[in-house]
Amino acid sequence: MNYRMPIKDAKGLGSAHHGTGHWWLQRLTALALVPLMFWLVIGIAANTGAGYGVAVAWLAHPVNAVLMILLVATLFYHASLGLQVVLEDYVSHAGSRFAAIVAVKLVAIVLGTAGIFAVLIIALGD
Amino acid sequence: MAQLTLPKNSRIQGGQEWKAADNAARTKIVKVYRWHPDSGENPRVDSYEIDADRYGPMVLDALIKIKNEIDPTLTFRRSCREGVCGSCAMNIDGHNTLACITAIDDIEGDIRIYPLPAMRVIKDLVPDMTHFYAQYASIQPWMKTETPAPPDHERLQSKEDRAELDGLYECIMCACCQTSCPSYWWNPDRYLGPAVLLQAYRWIVDSRDEATGERLDELEDPFKLYRCHSIMNCASVCPKGLNPAKAIADIKRLMLARQ
Repeated sequence: MNYRMPIKDAKGLGSAHHGTGHWWLQRLTALALVPLMFWLVIGIAANTGAGYGVAVAWLAHPVNAVLMILLVATLFYHASLGLQVVLEDYVSHAGSRFAAIVAVKLVAIVLGTAGIFAVLIIALGD
Repeated sequence: MAQLTLPKNSRIQGGQEWKAADNAARTKIVKVYRWHPDSGENPRVDSYEIDADRYGPMVLDALIKIKNEIDPTLTFRRSCREGVCGSCAMNIDGHNTLACITAIDDIEGDIRIYPLPAMRVIKDLVPDMTHFYAQYASIQPWMKTETPAPPDHERLQSKEDRAELDGLYECIMCACCQTSCPSYWWNPDRYLGPAVLLQAYRWIVDSRDEATGERLDELEDPFKLYRCHSIMNCASVCPKGLNPAKAIADIKRLMLARQ
Protein backbone atom coordinates (compact mmCIF):
# COMPACT_ATOMS: atom_id res chain seq x y z
CA MET A 1 0.00 0.00 0.00
CA ASN A 2 1.11 3.53 -0.67
CA TYR A 3 0.28 5.71 2.32
CA ARG A 4 2.13 8.79 1.09
CA MET A 5 0.09 11.89 0.44
CA PRO A 6 0.32 13.14 -3.19
CA ILE A 7 1.57 16.57 -2.03
CA LYS A 8 4.62 14.84 -0.47
CA ASP A 9 5.83 13.72 -3.92
CA ALA A 10 4.76 16.94 -5.65
CA LYS A 11 6.85 19.03 -3.24
CA GLY A 12 9.74 16.56 -3.38
CA LEU A 13 12.97 17.95 -1.98
CA GLY A 14 11.79 21.53 -2.48
CA SER A 15 13.27 24.29 -4.58
CA ALA A 16 17.02 24.39 -5.31
CA HIS A 17 16.82 28.24 -5.34
CA HIS A 18 19.09 28.42 -8.38
CA GLY A 19 18.87 27.86 -12.12
CA THR A 20 18.43 31.43 -13.32
CA GLY A 21 22.19 31.93 -13.68
CA HIS A 22 22.53 28.73 -15.69
CA TRP A 23 19.65 29.71 -17.98
CA TRP A 24 20.87 33.27 -18.45
CA LEU A 25 24.52 32.33 -19.09
CA GLN A 26 23.44 29.77 -21.69
CA ARG A 27 21.66 32.52 -23.62
CA LEU A 28 24.43 35.08 -23.09
CA THR A 29 27.14 32.69 -24.34
CA ALA A 30 24.95 31.81 -27.34
CA LEU A 31 24.77 35.51 -28.22
CA ALA A 32 28.52 35.95 -27.74
CA LEU A 33 29.17 33.00 -30.05
CA VAL A 34 27.37 34.66 -32.98
CA PRO A 35 30.08 37.29 -33.74
CA LEU A 36 32.88 34.94 -32.66
CA MET A 37 31.77 32.23 -35.10
CA PHE A 38 31.43 34.83 -37.88
CA TRP A 39 35.01 35.87 -37.19
CA LEU A 40 36.20 32.24 -37.21
CA VAL A 41 34.46 31.39 -40.50
CA ILE A 42 35.83 34.53 -42.18
CA GLY A 43 39.29 33.82 -40.76
CA ILE A 44 39.32 30.23 -42.02
CA ALA A 45 37.98 31.31 -45.42
CA ALA A 46 40.69 33.96 -45.70
CA ASN A 47 43.38 31.33 -45.02
CA THR A 48 42.00 28.74 -47.42
CA GLY A 49 44.80 27.30 -49.50
CA ALA A 50 47.47 29.12 -47.51
CA GLY A 51 50.26 27.07 -46.04
CA TYR A 52 50.81 26.01 -42.41
CA GLY A 53 53.13 28.94 -41.75
CA VAL A 54 50.60 31.55 -42.93
CA ALA A 55 47.83 30.02 -40.83
CA VAL A 56 50.03 29.93 -37.72
CA ALA A 57 51.12 33.53 -38.32
CA TRP A 58 47.45 34.55 -38.65
CA LEU A 59 46.57 32.88 -35.34
CA ALA A 60 49.67 34.35 -33.64
CA HIS A 61 48.42 37.87 -34.32
CA PRO A 62 47.35 39.29 -30.91
CA VAL A 63 43.79 40.15 -32.03
CA ASN A 64 43.21 36.71 -33.54
CA ALA A 65 44.81 34.94 -30.57
CA VAL A 66 42.61 36.80 -28.07
CA LEU A 67 39.47 36.16 -30.13
CA MET A 68 40.36 32.47 -30.48
CA ILE A 69 40.87 32.10 -26.72
CA LEU A 70 37.50 33.81 -26.11
CA LEU A 71 35.86 31.55 -28.69
CA VAL A 72 37.26 28.33 -27.22
CA ALA A 73 36.32 29.34 -23.67
CA THR A 74 32.80 30.48 -24.63
CA LEU A 75 32.20 27.48 -26.88
CA PHE A 76 33.08 24.84 -24.29
CA TYR A 77 31.28 26.67 -21.51
CA HIS A 78 28.15 26.97 -23.67
CA ALA A 79 28.40 23.33 -24.72
CA SER A 80 28.69 22.10 -21.14
CA LEU A 81 25.69 24.21 -20.06
CA GLY A 82 23.61 22.93 -22.98
CA LEU A 83 24.61 19.28 -22.67
CA GLN A 84 23.77 19.42 -18.96
CA VAL A 85 20.22 20.46 -19.84
CA VAL A 86 19.96 17.66 -22.41
CA LEU A 87 21.16 15.08 -19.87
CA GLU A 88 18.77 16.40 -17.21
CA ASP A 89 15.93 16.08 -19.73
CA TYR A 90 16.57 12.60 -21.02
CA VAL A 91 18.55 10.60 -18.45
CA SER A 92 16.04 9.70 -15.77
CA HIS A 93 18.25 7.48 -13.59
CA ALA A 94 19.67 9.85 -10.95
CA GLY A 95 23.07 8.14 -10.66
CA SER A 96 23.68 7.95 -14.43
CA ARG A 97 22.50 11.54 -14.81
CA PHE A 98 24.95 12.76 -12.16
CA ALA A 99 27.87 10.77 -13.62
CA ALA A 100 27.14 11.93 -17.18
CA ILE A 101 26.95 15.61 -16.17
CA VAL A 102 30.24 15.40 -14.24
CA ALA A 103 31.87 13.66 -17.23
CA VAL A 104 30.64 16.34 -19.64
CA LYS A 105 31.99 19.12 -17.41
CA LEU A 106 35.38 17.43 -17.05
CA VAL A 107 35.68 16.84 -20.80
CA ALA A 108 34.71 20.48 -21.48
CA ILE A 109 37.33 21.74 -19.00
CA VAL A 110 40.06 19.48 -20.42
CA LEU A 111 39.31 20.30 -24.07
CA GLY A 112 38.87 24.02 -23.34
CA THR A 113 42.15 24.21 -21.42
CA ALA A 114 44.00 22.27 -24.13
CA GLY A 115 42.59 24.58 -26.83
CA ILE A 116 43.58 27.74 -24.97
CA PHE A 117 47.02 26.28 -24.21
CA ALA A 118 47.54 25.52 -27.92
CA VAL A 119 46.66 29.11 -28.89
CA LEU A 120 49.04 30.45 -26.22
CA ILE A 121 51.90 28.30 -27.52
CA ILE A 122 51.32 29.59 -31.06
CA ALA A 123 50.93 33.21 -29.97
CA LEU A 124 53.71 33.35 -27.36
CA GLY A 125 56.05 30.62 -28.63
CA ASP A 126 59.52 31.21 -30.13
CA MET B 1 17.40 7.00 -20.95
CA ALA B 2 13.97 8.13 -21.92
CA GLN B 3 11.69 5.22 -22.68
CA LEU B 4 10.79 5.24 -26.36
CA THR B 5 8.70 2.07 -26.60
CA LEU B 6 5.66 1.17 -24.56
CA PRO B 7 6.04 -1.46 -21.84
CA LYS B 8 4.62 -4.89 -22.81
CA ASN B 9 1.41 -4.49 -20.82
CA SER B 10 0.67 -1.11 -22.44
CA ARG B 11 0.89 -2.19 -26.09
CA ILE B 12 -2.40 -1.60 -27.84
CA GLN B 13 -4.24 -4.48 -29.48
CA GLY B 14 -7.10 -4.55 -31.95
CA GLY B 15 -10.52 -4.36 -30.35
CA GLN B 16 -14.19 -4.91 -31.05
CA GLU B 17 -16.02 -3.38 -33.99
CA TRP B 18 -19.57 -2.10 -34.02
CA LYS B 19 -21.27 -1.50 -37.37
CA ALA B 20 -23.81 1.27 -38.00
CA ALA B 21 -27.35 0.38 -39.05
CA ASP B 22 -27.72 -0.45 -42.78
CA ASN B 23 -29.81 2.67 -43.41
CA ALA B 24 -27.15 5.01 -41.97
CA ALA B 25 -26.78 7.98 -44.31
CA ARG B 26 -23.41 9.47 -43.32
CA THR B 27 -21.20 7.07 -41.41
CA LYS B 28 -18.15 8.00 -39.40
CA ILE B 29 -15.88 5.63 -37.50
CA VAL B 30 -14.94 6.49 -33.92
CA LYS B 31 -11.91 4.59 -32.64
CA VAL B 32 -11.60 4.67 -28.87
CA TYR B 33 -8.81 3.51 -26.54
CA ARG B 34 -10.18 0.99 -24.07
CA TRP B 35 -8.53 -0.44 -20.97
CA HIS B 36 -10.07 -2.09 -17.94
CA PRO B 37 -7.87 -2.33 -14.83
CA ASP B 38 -9.44 -5.60 -13.66
CA SER B 39 -9.38 -7.49 -16.95
CA GLY B 40 -5.67 -8.28 -16.93
CA GLU B 41 -5.67 -7.62 -20.68
CA ASN B 42 -3.67 -5.13 -22.71
CA PRO B 43 -5.39 -1.94 -23.85
CA ARG B 44 -7.31 -2.19 -27.13
CA VAL B 45 -8.89 0.18 -29.61
CA ASP B 46 -12.60 -0.37 -30.18
CA SER B 47 -14.19 0.88 -33.35
CA TYR B 48 -17.71 2.31 -33.40
CA GLU B 49 -19.30 3.12 -36.73
CA ILE B 50 -21.86 5.86 -36.18
CA ASP B 51 -24.40 7.69 -38.32
CA ALA B 52 -23.11 11.26 -38.06
CA ASP B 53 -26.54 12.67 -38.97
CA ARG B 54 -28.10 11.08 -35.89
CA TYR B 55 -25.46 12.46 -33.51
CA GLY B 56 -24.92 15.88 -31.97
CA PRO B 57 -22.22 18.10 -33.47
CA MET B 58 -19.39 17.53 -31.01
CA VAL B 59 -17.14 14.56 -30.27
CA LEU B 60 -18.51 14.47 -26.72
CA ASP B 61 -22.02 14.11 -28.15
CA ALA B 62 -20.82 11.04 -30.05
CA LEU B 63 -19.18 9.55 -26.94
CA ILE B 64 -22.35 10.06 -24.88
CA LYS B 65 -24.51 8.57 -27.63
CA ILE B 66 -22.14 5.60 -27.96
CA LYS B 67 -22.29 5.03 -24.20
CA ASN B 68 -26.10 5.35 -24.16
CA GLU B 69 -26.94 3.31 -27.23
CA ILE B 70 -24.04 1.05 -28.22
CA ASP B 71 -21.65 0.27 -25.38
CA PRO B 72 -22.47 1.27 -21.77
CA THR B 73 -19.05 0.06 -20.56
CA LEU B 74 -17.28 3.00 -22.25
CA THR B 75 -15.87 5.26 -19.52
CA PHE B 76 -14.94 8.93 -19.79
CA ARG B 77 -15.20 12.14 -17.74
CA ARG B 78 -17.57 14.90 -18.75
CA SER B 79 -19.61 17.55 -17.02
CA CYS B 80 -20.42 20.98 -18.45
CA ARG B 81 -20.36 20.02 -22.19
CA GLU B 82 -19.49 23.65 -23.08
CA GLY B 83 -15.75 24.05 -22.52
CA VAL B 84 -15.71 25.58 -19.04
CA CYS B 85 -15.11 22.61 -16.73
CA GLY B 86 -12.19 20.85 -18.43
CA SER B 87 -13.41 17.35 -17.52
CA CYS B 88 -13.52 15.88 -21.04
CA ALA B 89 -9.89 16.63 -21.93
CA MET B 90 -8.61 13.79 -24.11
CA ASN B 91 -6.42 13.16 -27.14
CA ILE B 92 -8.61 13.48 -30.22
CA ASP B 93 -7.11 13.03 -33.69
CA GLY B 94 -3.61 13.28 -32.21
CA HIS B 95 -4.34 16.55 -30.44
CA ASN B 96 -5.09 17.14 -26.76
CA THR B 97 -8.36 19.01 -26.54
CA LEU B 98 -11.83 19.08 -25.02
CA ALA B 99 -14.28 16.60 -26.57
CA CYS B 100 -17.18 18.98 -25.93
CA ILE B 101 -15.88 21.78 -28.15
CA THR B 102 -14.35 19.65 -30.93
CA ALA B 103 -16.73 19.34 -33.88
CA ILE B 104 -17.09 15.89 -35.46
CA ASP B 105 -17.23 17.46 -38.92
CA ASP B 106 -13.88 19.23 -38.38
CA ILE B 107 -12.11 15.86 -38.22
CA GLU B 108 -11.18 14.25 -41.52
CA GLY B 109 -11.37 10.45 -41.68
CA ASP B 110 -11.78 8.31 -38.57
CA ILE B 111 -12.02 9.96 -35.16
CA ARG B 112 -9.25 8.51 -32.99
CA ILE B 113 -9.73 9.10 -29.27
CA TYR B 114 -7.11 8.29 -26.62
CA PRO B 115 -6.70 9.39 -23.01
CA LEU B 116 -4.38 12.32 -22.27
CA PRO B 117 -0.81 11.14 -22.90
CA ALA B 118 1.81 10.48 -20.22
CA MET B 119 -0.73 10.01 -17.43
CA ARG B 120 -1.56 6.72 -15.72
CA VAL B 121 -4.88 5.45 -17.03
CA ILE B 122 -7.55 4.58 -14.47
CA LYS B 123 -9.99 3.19 -17.06
CA ASP B 124 -10.58 3.85 -20.77
CA LEU B 125 -10.35 7.64 -21.28
CA VAL B 126 -9.98 8.50 -17.59
CA PRO B 127 -6.43 9.49 -16.59
CA ASP B 128 -5.14 9.74 -13.03
CA MET B 129 -4.82 13.48 -12.29
CA THR B 130 -3.65 13.04 -8.66
CA HIS B 131 -0.04 14.19 -9.16
CA PHE B 132 -1.12 17.06 -11.40
CA TYR B 133 -3.51 18.37 -8.75
CA ALA B 134 -0.87 17.91 -6.04
CA GLN B 135 1.58 19.96 -8.12
CA TYR B 136 -1.11 22.62 -8.46
CA ALA B 137 -1.60 22.62 -4.67
CA SER B 138 2.18 22.93 -4.19
CA ILE B 139 2.22 26.42 -5.75
CA GLN B 140 -0.35 27.53 -3.15
CA PRO B 141 -2.93 28.89 -5.61
CA TRP B 142 -4.64 31.32 -3.31
CA MET B 143 -4.14 34.97 -2.39
CA LYS B 144 -1.47 35.51 0.26
CA THR B 145 -1.30 38.93 1.92
CA GLU B 146 0.21 40.66 4.90
CA THR B 147 -2.34 43.46 4.77
CA PRO B 148 -5.64 42.45 6.43
CA ALA B 149 -8.67 42.56 4.15
CA PRO B 150 -10.58 45.87 4.33
CA PRO B 151 -13.52 45.45 6.69
CA ASP B 152 -16.17 46.93 4.42
CA HIS B 153 -15.19 46.11 0.85
CA GLU B 154 -13.14 43.79 -1.36
CA ARG B 155 -9.43 44.21 -2.04
CA LEU B 156 -9.45 46.69 -4.91
CA GLN B 157 -7.48 46.52 -8.13
CA SER B 158 -7.01 49.09 -10.90
CA LYS B 159 -8.34 48.24 -14.35
CA GLU B 160 -4.75 48.01 -15.63
CA ASP B 161 -3.76 45.59 -12.87
CA ARG B 162 -6.86 43.51 -13.53
CA ALA B 163 -5.94 43.37 -17.22
CA GLU B 164 -2.69 41.64 -16.23
CA LEU B 165 -4.77 38.58 -15.34
CA ASP B 166 -6.32 38.32 -18.81
CA GLY B 167 -5.03 35.25 -20.58
CA LEU B 168 -4.34 33.61 -17.21
CA TYR B 169 -7.58 33.51 -15.22
CA GLU B 170 -9.38 31.69 -18.07
CA CYS B 171 -7.34 28.51 -17.45
CA ILE B 172 -9.65 25.63 -16.51
CA MET B 173 -6.93 23.14 -15.48
CA CYS B 174 -7.94 20.56 -18.10
CA ALA B 175 -4.28 19.42 -18.39
CA CYS B 176 -4.30 19.48 -22.22
CA CYS B 177 -1.14 21.61 -22.22
CA GLN B 178 0.47 19.78 -19.31
CA THR B 179 0.24 16.39 -21.01
CA SER B 180 1.27 17.69 -24.45
CA CYS B 181 4.61 18.95 -23.14
CA PRO B 182 7.60 16.69 -23.92
CA SER B 183 9.50 18.16 -20.98
CA TYR B 184 6.62 17.09 -18.74
CA TRP B 185 6.65 13.61 -20.30
CA TRP B 186 10.33 13.15 -19.39
CA ASN B 187 10.31 14.77 -15.93
CA PRO B 188 6.76 14.80 -14.55
CA ASP B 189 8.01 14.10 -11.04
CA ARG B 190 9.87 17.41 -10.74
CA TYR B 191 8.87 19.73 -13.61
CA LEU B 192 5.73 21.66 -12.67
CA GLY B 193 4.52 21.81 -16.27
CA PRO B 194 2.80 24.52 -18.32
CA ALA B 195 -0.61 24.49 -16.61
CA VAL B 196 0.78 24.71 -13.08
CA LEU B 197 3.35 27.37 -14.06
CA LEU B 198 0.65 29.46 -15.79
CA GLN B 199 -1.38 29.25 -12.58
CA ALA B 200 1.72 30.18 -10.55
CA TYR B 201 2.21 33.26 -12.72
CA ARG B 202 -1.46 34.14 -12.30
CA TRP B 203 -0.72 34.68 -8.57
CA ILE B 204 2.72 36.21 -9.09
CA VAL B 205 1.29 38.93 -11.32
CA ASP B 206 -1.83 39.58 -9.20
CA SER B 207 -1.51 43.14 -7.85
CA ARG B 208 -3.28 42.15 -4.61
CA ASP B 209 -1.00 39.23 -3.76
CA GLU B 210 1.85 40.13 -1.39
CA ALA B 211 3.93 36.94 -1.58
CA THR B 212 5.51 37.56 -5.00
CA GLY B 213 9.10 37.08 -3.82
CA GLU B 214 8.32 33.90 -1.88
CA ARG B 215 6.49 32.51 -4.91
CA LEU B 216 9.51 33.24 -7.15
CA ASP B 217 11.80 31.68 -4.51
CA GLU B 218 9.81 28.46 -4.64
CA LEU B 219 9.86 28.32 -8.45
CA GLU B 220 13.58 29.05 -8.93
CA ASP B 221 14.73 25.53 -9.61
CA PRO B 222 16.37 23.80 -12.60
CA PHE B 223 13.51 21.29 -12.72
CA LYS B 224 10.39 23.02 -11.37
CA LEU B 225 10.70 25.94 -13.83
CA TYR B 226 13.69 25.65 -16.17
CA ARG B 227 12.62 22.39 -17.83
CA CYS B 228 10.55 24.64 -20.12
CA HIS B 229 12.44 24.86 -23.42
CA SER B 230 9.78 26.90 -25.24
CA ILE B 231 8.60 23.89 -27.24
CA MET B 232 5.19 25.64 -27.47
CA ASN B 233 3.02 22.50 -27.63
CA CYS B 234 1.16 23.99 -24.67
CA ALA B 235 0.11 27.07 -26.63
CA SER B 236 -0.82 25.08 -29.71
CA VAL B 237 -3.20 22.69 -27.89
CA CYS B 238 -4.81 24.96 -25.26
CA PRO B 239 -8.57 24.67 -25.93
CA LYS B 240 -9.06 28.08 -24.34
CA GLY B 241 -6.50 29.72 -26.65
CA LEU B 242 -4.13 30.64 -23.80
CA ASN B 243 -0.33 30.78 -24.01
CA PRO B 244 1.31 29.03 -21.04
CA ALA B 245 4.75 29.35 -22.72
CA LYS B 246 4.42 33.13 -22.53
CA ALA B 247 3.49 32.97 -18.84
CA ILE B 248 6.58 30.83 -18.21
CA ALA B 249 8.75 33.27 -20.17
CA ASP B 250 7.32 36.06 -18.00
CA ILE B 251 8.30 34.14 -14.85
CA LYS B 252 11.84 33.73 -16.22
CA ARG B 253 11.92 37.46 -16.98
CA LEU B 254 10.99 38.27 -13.36
CA MET B 255 13.66 35.84 -12.13
CA LEU B 256 16.22 37.80 -14.11
CA ALA B 257 14.84 41.17 -13.00
CA ARG B 258 15.51 40.37 -9.34
CA GLN B 259 19.07 39.09 -9.81
